[in-house]
Amino acid sequence: MNLFEHIGRYFVMLKAVFSRPEKGKVFRKMFFSEVDSIVINSIPLVAFLSIFMGGVISLQTAANMGSPLLPEYTIGYITRSSTILEFSPTIISLILAGKIGSNIASEVGTMRVTEQIDALEIMGVNSIGYLMFPKILATTLFLPFVVVISMALCLFGGWIAGIQSGLYSTETYMIGIKAFWYEDQFYLYYALCKTMIFGFLITSIPGYFGYYTKGGSLEVGRSSTSAVVASSVAILVANYILTQLILV
Amino acid sequence: MIEVKNISKSFGDTQILFNVDATFTEGQVNLIIGASGSGKSVLTKCIVGLHEVDEGGAVLYDGRDFTAMDRKERIEIRKEIGMLFQGSALFDSLTVEENVIFPLKMFTDMSVEEMRERANFCLNRVDIINKNELLPAECSGGMQKRIAIARAIAMNPKYLFCDEPNSGLDPKTSILIDNLIKEITYEYNMTTVVITHDMNSVMEIGDHVIFINQGRKWWEGDNKGIIRTDNNEVVEFVYASSFMKNLREKLISG
Ligand SMILES: Nc1ncnc2c1ncn2[C@@H]1O[C@H](COP(=O)(O)OP(=O)(O)O)[C@@H](O)[C@H]1O
Ligand SMILES: [Mg+2]
Repeated sequence: MNLFEHIGRYFVMLKAVFSRPEKGKVFRKMFFSEVDSIVINSIPLVAFLSIFMGGVISLQTAANMGSPLLPEYTIGYITRSSTILEFSPTIISLILAGKIGSNIASEVGTMRVTEQIDALEIMGVNSIGYLMFPKILATTLFLPFVVVISMALCLFGGWIAGIQSGLYSTETYMIGIKAFWYEDQFYLYYALCKTMIFGFLITSIPGYFGYYTKGGSLEVGRSSTSAVVASSVAILVANYILTQLILV
Repeated sequence: MIEVKNISKSFGDTQILFNVDATFTEGQVNLIIGASGSGKSVLTKCIVGLHEVDEGGAVLYDGRDFTAMDRKERIEIRKEIGMLFQGSALFDSLTVEENVIFPLKMFTDMSVEEMRERANFCLNRVDIINKNELLPAECSGGMQKRIAIARAIAMNPKYLFCDEPNSGLDPKTSILIDNLIKEITYEYNMTTVVITHDMNSVMEIGDHVIFINQGRKWWEGDNKGIIRTDNNEVVEFVYASSFMKNLREKLISG
């Protein structure tokens, strides 16, 4: 199959995802269990990464500020801007594309090759909707919360790095963090919308690869790899398009 | 009663099934037999609609034309179908009890107690007792098959399909599963279709046997007929080993 056939089938699948919701009670239960297993479970990893990421951004900025004309609060300001605009939404989504994406693709793929999906269909369950809707919705709605946590921890990491290295003071860092907030807060909303789109991509694309797996466990592994690659590419492309559309 | 009319099936350019006709009546075990790769699973998946059949074929469930139905109408028929898959296909994130409850939860308005009662009834029926909280991975192959049967009969189906119910099981457990399928079929007057390539099953439960060879219906009869037939391909299948061939010689010479 070529790229266009994949994309066509992906959209046909999306139609089934949203066409016929399963029984409300069953859906609610699955939704919350997905919030737990996809979103809540990712928080420790995200927290760890964010603190270090924030530290590195601040240190890098501080190290590169050769000009005495730049005020020291620039460090805090740049840390905040780049965290909100790119690092938290995009990098965290990319990392979760690996974690969540491979997980979903192998789970759904295994269900396919062990005929569990056929079993659902035979019972009369809309298997695409049943398997994917809770995952997609849970991630699309709750990934922004994870990213907000990540943003906060990035800024925290930048602060810690300042104390640890002695390159800048807490006061100037804080001034930088707060600088021009009124003008810049739009970026936060933009970042969170962007995150929702990424959340949609990192669940629906792996779901697609898992669902259409053919063969055995070898192919499940392959689907899982393709899913991670494809959703990472999709994030980067979507990021470029969104930046172009909204910010430029 | 399930009527299969002139079913053909191709995947791309390769045709797998060729104009298969068959009738499966209720209250008896209907077998689809044939060598590995002959198209038995594809035929079954066509009958239950997991594959779309090629133009010109039809499947009728008690006169209702399944092939012509849309997705919504098919779901009504599917609620009357139970299916046992080759690898059991139990949901591996759910416990034994949750697996059996699953179709009830999706399609009935039973209360939790009623569902558990029904699940336990079905599990008892297949002799799975006090295993409700186990996960499928913690059960043996024979147990998984029986749990899958319990799940398949949970909704009281009119039609039961079993794809190689005893593949991967030892002969004794196989016969147990076969007999369970047979008893359940008679008990609930179901239309049961069992796919197998196991001659033990054919002899044990073959009320009505269809032999598929290279995607065509090659022979039809019952387990008494099959040991006497002189259809070459069927003989090759039934008397595969030299031991069995010798046995056949003796049988014929009296
Ligand atoms: N989805 C499919 N796409 C293409 N070919 C298939 C598909 N499913 C089965 N086949 C082919 O159909 C033939 C019959 O397969 P199957 O019905 O599974 O055999 P069996 O009689 O052992 O159950 C095999 O040659 C198999 O490769
Ligand atoms: Mg088969």
